Amino acid sequence: MNNLLEVNEVSKNFGDFKALNKVSITVPKGSIFGLLGPNGAGKTTLIRVINQITMPDGGKVHLDGEILSPTHIKNIGYLPEERGLYKSMKVGEQALYLAQLKGLSKTEAKARLKYWFERLEIGGWWNKKIQELSKGMAQKIQFVVTVLHRPKLLIFDEPFSGFDPINANLIKDEILRLREEGATVIFSTHRMESVEELCDDIALLHKSNKILDGKLIDVKRQYKINTYEVGIRANNKAVLEQDLAAKFDISAANFKTLEDELKLNIKLSETDNPNDLLNYLTSKGAVSHFVELIPSVNDIFIQTVKNN
Amino acid sequence: MNHLPLIIKREYLTKVKNKSFIIMTILSPIIMIALIAIVAYLSQLNNDKVRTISILDESGLVQGIFENSEKTTYHILENMSLDEAKALSREAASYGLLHINKLDTIEAVSEEHIKFYSEESPSLTLISNLESKLEKELTNIKLKQQDIDIDLINASKVRIDIAQESFEGEKSSKLDSFAKLGFGIAAGYLLFMFIIIYGNMIMRSVIEEKTSRIIEIIISSVKPVQLMLGKIIGTSLAGITQFIIWMIFGGLLMTIVSLVIGINLFETSVPQQELMELTSNGSDFNFYFESFKTALQNLPLMNLIFAFILFFICGYLLYSSLYAAIGAAVDNETDTQQFLVPIMMPLILAVYIGIFTVIEDPHGTVSTVFSFIPLTSPVVMLMRIPFGVPLWQQLVSLLILIGTFMFTVWFAAKIYRVGILMYGKKPSYKELIKWIKY
Repeated sequence: MNNLLEVNEVSKNFGDFKALNKVSITVPKGSIFGLLGPNGAGKTTLIRVINQITMPDGGKVHLDGEILSPTHIKNIGYLPEERGLYKSMKVGEQALYLAQLKGLSKTEAKARLKYWFERLEIGGWWNKKIQELSKGMAQKIQFVVTVLHRPKLLIFDEPFSGFDPINANLIKDEILRLREEGATVIFSTHRMESVEELCDDIALLHKSNKILDGKLIDVKRQYKINTYEVGIRANNKAVLEQDLAAKFDISAANFKTLEDELKLNIKLSETDNPNDLLNYLTSKGAVSHFVELIPSVNDIFIQTVKNN
Repeated sequence: MNHLPLIIKREYLTKVKNKSFIIMTILSPIIMIALIAIVAYLSQLNNDKVRTISILDESGLVQGIFENSEKTTYHILENMSLDEAKALSREAASYGLLHINKLDTIEAVSEEHIKFYSEESPSLTLISNLESKLEKELTNIKLKQQDIDIDLINASKVRIDIAQESFEGEKSSKLDSFAKLGFGIAAGYLLFMFIIIYGNMIMRSVIEEKTSRIIEIIISSVKPVQLMLGKIIGTSLAGITQFIIWMIFGGLLMTIVSLVIGINLFETSVPQQELMELTSNGSDFNFYFESFKTALQNLPLMNLIFAFILFFICGYLLYSSLYAAIGAAVDNETDTQQFLVPIMMPLILAVYIGIFTVIEDPHGTVSTVFSFIPLTSPVVMLMRIPFGVPLWQQLVSLLILIGTFMFTVWFAAKIYRVGILMYGKKPSYKELIKWIKY
């Protein structure tokens, strides 16, 4: 089995409202999977279906080849977007309790907690109450509780919200390390730069439907626009621009350079070879900048959602 | 996976370790005892005072009957007008003045002729005391006037007390009924108190996960039914712990305070004692006491104790689960206050059914039916059991009770699971049915 999670045509209605409409996703083993979509697209509902908080009205979910059942609870670690902890309970007691709910024995949980508390440098918090901690501190505890039972599947809903950049980085590194150790991660966020950085696969939900999915690289290829960002030094910029406009589809570009170059976006047709363009350009002046424009996840997101 | 013991443990420990819980556990008995002590002390002060009552008897019929007692001194006034007597008793700071006007015949005696004047309105016991004295004397005088031998009448009085016995030869008396009723009412009120004190605690405990926003983390690792059950049992155990501490601590305090102040706090109901002394001469009282003892002995004690424990626990659990269901349905505590009264209604109904129906006809249709209906059965069945209820009926009623409890918990869990997903949207009936299905 190469896929850890297979969601097959899952539907869910709340009254007259369709929250999920035959959504299917496959999450490969060991990947970081980005679950994207505008607000109200159905991401949280899908995550809740995977966590067996909500029962789907139709469709099937397989985890590691087996139909999802309550025994799988211990194989999933879930950090919900809406999260909190028991305010009047002490950090250590609370973490132990939550770990035991996930099926760890008390001694096992204690040992692992000790390891994690040292790792994240929060050992001194064991006897503090949650209400004495800041939001970011509580988030760290939540993160530890989510991963403590070493689940095969980790689901993070906006994991970085509430963290300062240093701690966000710390958590990001931990997520990557967990993946190295064999965990599969589903990652739901609105921060596209972290998707860009972390995700191998993505799926885009919009209005309860899946409108796009696949390997991030494939998706980007699919959305490539054959456009090159070009900077060229020339004696007469106006003339050069006219020449280029006659041959290619150009538009003004904006990027930072050292000299006063002519900056353009040049769009090629499917059949054109970028080398021809480069050769042509070098014949006209000194080329200081030549980059293929790769669509960002952000662009893909906005473009796809708008078109639907 | 069965997390129930874990959840119970957590709920119990968090409740018991809670500061306000500890403070209330210690403070409540102290406040209670302090209040009782103050009331007892004050009422004793009141009772130690010797009352002086002036009597102006212009009819000359009843002067002889007023004998001074421990708490009352009678001061007989003679040869003066009513106004003079009023002024005098006021001056002497008497409790009041009893005035008996001249009578032509005894038949003519009426409210007009006998009056009691006082600064403040007199106590009920005092007036009834005077009334009974006057009644007795005037009746005697009247009988004498008719040439009737009072001694003969007294001698011919017959006292009847019908002995009761079942066909099996079990003896009982009419006082039995009162003992039985008393038992049922006591059970009912204890349940009442428990629910009032701890019902809210369960509700708050169910809401806890929502207000602290931990709900999704918990619900993704635990079945809501287990969570509900754990909360109800854990909180109930904490409640029972507190109650037992109150009992022991309160009892101790009471004994200590009694010894120190020298007031018997266990017998503060002075007016009732006074009444008792008035209405019953010693022999009568003894007689009642004796039959009360047999009445107690006649209760099926073993059955009662077991039934009490089982019905009390199950009844309490059922009502707790209703509170849990309310907690599951709402988002915050402010929405819950109004639910307290409707939940209490069946209990109040049960106590009334017990008093008015069970005592009259313990095995009639109404009593029997209500002793099976789960919300009323803990009280009504407990009231019926002293009259002898077949074991199978008790068992069936208990099973229905437990079944209903489980159902309510299960239903509360459904509401709970769906409640978190509704985002403040009001559920339609169609959806309600769907909730139950999945």
